Amino acid sequence: MREERFFTRWHCCITVGFFLACASFLPLPVNGFPHPQQTNPKEELLALPGEIGHSGGRLVISLRAEPKTLNPLTAADTISREVIGAMQADLVHINRATQLTEPALAKSWKISPDGLQYTLTLRQGLRFSDGHPLGADDVLFTFRVYLDESIHAPQRDLLIVAGKPITVRQVDAATLIFQFAKPYGVEERLFDGLAILPRHLLEKPYQEGRLAQLWTPSTPPNEWAGLGPFRLKEYVAGQKLVLERNPYYWKTDGNGNRLPYLDELVFLFVPSADAQVLRFQSGETDIITRLGAENFSALSRAQRGYTMADAGPGLEYNFLFFNLNDLGEKSSADLTRKQKWFREVRFRQAVSAAVDRDAIVRLVYQGRGSALWGPVTPGNRRWANTSIPHSPRSLERARTLLKEAGFSWPTAPNAASTLQDSDGKPVEFSILTSSSNADRTKMATLLQEDLRQLGMRVQVVPLEFRSLLDRVTQTREYDACLLGLASFDADPNSDINVWLSSGGTHLWNPSQSHPSTTWEAEIDRLMEQQLATAGYDQRKKLYDRVQEILAQNQPMIFLASPDILVGAKNSIANFHPAVLEPYVLWNVEQLYFRNGAENANR
Amino acid sequence: MTLPRKLTRWLVALVALHCAVAGAGFFAPYDPVEQDRDHPYLPPMRVHLMDAQHHFHSRPFFYPLRLREGSFDQYEEDPAAAVPLHFFMRGAGYSLLGFLPSRLHLFGTDGARIYLLGSDAYGRDQLSRILFGGQVSLLAGLLGAGVTLFLGALIGMAAGYYGGWRDDLLMRAAELFLALPWLYLLFALRAFLPLSVSPLEAFLLVVLVIGMVGWARPARLVRGVVLSVKERDFVRAARGFGAADMYLLRRHILPETASVLLTQAAILVPQFVLAEMTLSFLGLGMPEPTASWGNLLASLQQYSVLVSYWWMYLPALAIVPFFLAYLGLASALQQRSGAYKIDEQSSWSPT
Repeated sequence: MREERFFTRWHCCITVGFFLACASFLPLPVNGFPHPQQTNPKEELLALPGEIGHSGGRLVISLRAEPKTLNPLTAADTISREVIGAMQADLVHINRATQLTEPALAKSWKISPDGLQYTLTLRQGLRFSDGHPLGADDVLFTFRVYLDESIHAPQRDLLIVAGKPITVRQVDAATLIFQFAKPYGVEERLFDGLAILPRHLLEKPYQEGRLAQLWTPSTPPNEWAGLGPFRLKEYVAGQKLVLERNPYYWKTDGNGNRLPYLDELVFLFVPSADAQVLRFQSGETDIITRLGAENFSALSRAQRGYTMADAGPGLEYNFLFFNLNDLGEKSSADLTRKQKWFREVRFRQAVSAAVDRDAIVRLVYQGRGSALWGPVTPGNRRWANTSIPHSPRSLERARTLLKEAGFSWPTAPNAASTLQDSDGKPVEFSILTSSSNADRTKMATLLQEDLRQLGMRVQVVPLEFRSLLDRVTQTREYDACLLGLASFDADPNSDINVWLSSGGTHLWNPSQSHPSTTWEAEIDRLMEQQLATAGYDQRKKLYDRVQEILAQNQPMIFLASPDILVGAKNSIANFHPAVLEPYVLWNVEQLYFRNGAENANR
Repeated sequence: MTLPRKLTRWLVALVALHCAVAGAGFFAPYDPVEQDRDHPYLPPMRVHLMDAQHHFHSRPFFYPLRLREGSFDQYEEDPAAAVPLHFFMRGAGYSLLGFLPSRLHLFGTDGARIYLLGSDAYGRDQLSRILFGGQVSLLAGLLGAGVTLFLGALIGMAAGYYGGWRDDLLMRAAELFLALPWLYLLFALRAFLPLSVSPLEAFLLVVLVIGMVGWARPARLVRGVVLSVKERDFVRAARGFGAADMYLLRRHILPETASVLLTQAAILVPQFVLAEMTLSFLGLGMPEPTASWGNLLASLQQYSVLVSYWWMYLPALAIVPFFLAYLGLASALQQRSGAYKIDEQSSWSPT
């Protein structure tokens, strides 16, 4: 979910001088580290294709809030993940542009024919950002802590296959074998985002049970190390987080120059979207992401020294859902009466038929988005079920469905007369939206008018995001809610918690012990089946069926998906925004300033 | 008693303005919640009497706007299709003053819609929304001021007339209310109230909330007047003849507070209209799609609207004549009551 809590932290400012003083006291290996700027023949570096740039410069980008943590084990929010993405590296990486996997810290991998054994070969001669060498024991340590229940790593669920955690075994200095209990549909995509952690820094805190609390933004830089293109330099609470170039980074450009090109990467904490736009427009920040369509066109109109780009449809899907929880005795009489409508599938289908999705795309996203009839957006080219009918808006069909389900109108079925259920009660309900998201509030206002045409009286209630989530997942006192989810990967498994009836984000009725309807049971079965099936074609077939069931039963009424809208200064080269997160920083190691030192002294 | 000319002028202006808002259904061409989804953020249209060939037309007409190629919100006039304006024509249904159903509108068109003050993000007519929004905002201000003045007069009279510990208690409470930051009080009050409320409930809540907050000032003023009036000879005389408290308050003291209350009313109404606008602007007042001046301005919270669509500021201009008239009236009332007092005093003075 998009909203993030604004976090304040204990002010902690460490100067570079202090860092260097500390670093000089670190226990270094006797032979010392090789000079990081020169490449060492023993290092197995990864050469990237693409435009050759030149070093230097400082890239400034704004974040909506401070990252809550720099610890990949506990980071669950988008902002922390975005920052960590620039500081850490994984074994196998998904290329955000091609949406395919690529070698990263593992230079190659092999999957056994039965799909149970993955053999990964580790790149040799690599070093963490503090100069300590990377070894297979770091990888073993990493998977041990990810799998540790007491850490509560959000990625842990992905590492449990058929109820059994995967096991990791070291064959030799470079080779690791991952053993699965059953074939795993995710295959090597599993490794994306699992940051390899420095055992030399974290082993002791882990044994003392402090690991989950470690690595906040205020951590002293010398207690932190990673394998990503940038390393921690300075954190000023409430203002900024400064990262500097990791001199030991393991990628080079086509000419063999060690990446990244940039000297510094600065994240400014700018809480409001409008303030972000102003800072970008005034040149204080170099790149802007997660732009709303209205701000995008406002920026496009006043273009001065920057380029705006529409990267195409992203993976965010917005939807309306009704409260289908079985609350038993706790439920109020009012809600029980309304749930009788909500549980009626024809009622939900009628609502879906009455929604003017084209108007949402046009008025909310100014045409920079796409209408949705299922959770898989057009941006997800591999997994969308194209046979799902894109039925245009039809008030007649909606009225027929309502009539069949026993609803009626006292006079003619139009906007002026209020729809009644079979007991003669007027159909009135409220839709919750997040007050901080102007797009969704706007969608709700359009829905309100659409449903008025059916005689439904709808109120829109904008709520602060935390209390909204609390109502939906905890107290479950609401009628309907308009929300959006953004998958972080195109693979269906990234949203598995939304579709499994036991999932915490199975929003219309979360965390069920048994699926309460037959179609939810079937989705559960299909999702679990595709998780344990190898091969894209087989899995696609299963996931297509899931999409069909969702379209049939409409537990969520899918509305629209926005395009990924970004902007960057003209001087930034290698700027290739992708529709997967992080939209622009996915190739941060290759970004460079065309005009060289101009930005260095800002 | 004849009213001074100045006062009459302001009163006439106010009555005219209120009639325009009360008759919103007649003056507005469209239903304020009707969305024209093909025309979001349409700029105000120009009404012409001369066409492109410089021919004069006795009937005003306008050129409908169409989207410029490949743009979302840039419109241009389509000179090929002139649409004439019709006066006193039938259109969307409304009920005049809340009970007279009618379909008659001052002006309208056949075919293409006219947006004299542009349209908003949903393609709703700004002119209609400003007029209908005025009904909500002004009524909230008037009713809120009514509640406040009623409370203020009641409490002020009780405190001033009875004095003693009652006076102390009420006046300390009033001071407490004066010291409270009222905006935050409004927030707190609104936050305690239920989440999802119908527009009518929301309206009554807003009125109640703003009415309850402002009583302290009029109460103190009324108390001051009562304190001095109750020692006047005619009140003492009436008491000497055995008049009861209620009779004295009603017959002799209340009329003396009238000028203070009237002046206060003229000051409080615009203040409370502003309070309603603040609440709605911040999303705590009237819910969408109901128009009120506050939530008409709410879209200006977005930077992109601020810099792209100037006609979204127009609701802010709409309140200017109202406030001007109210404050003009207040100052005229004050002058009048001041003059009256001076006259009285001079006639009483023994010299």
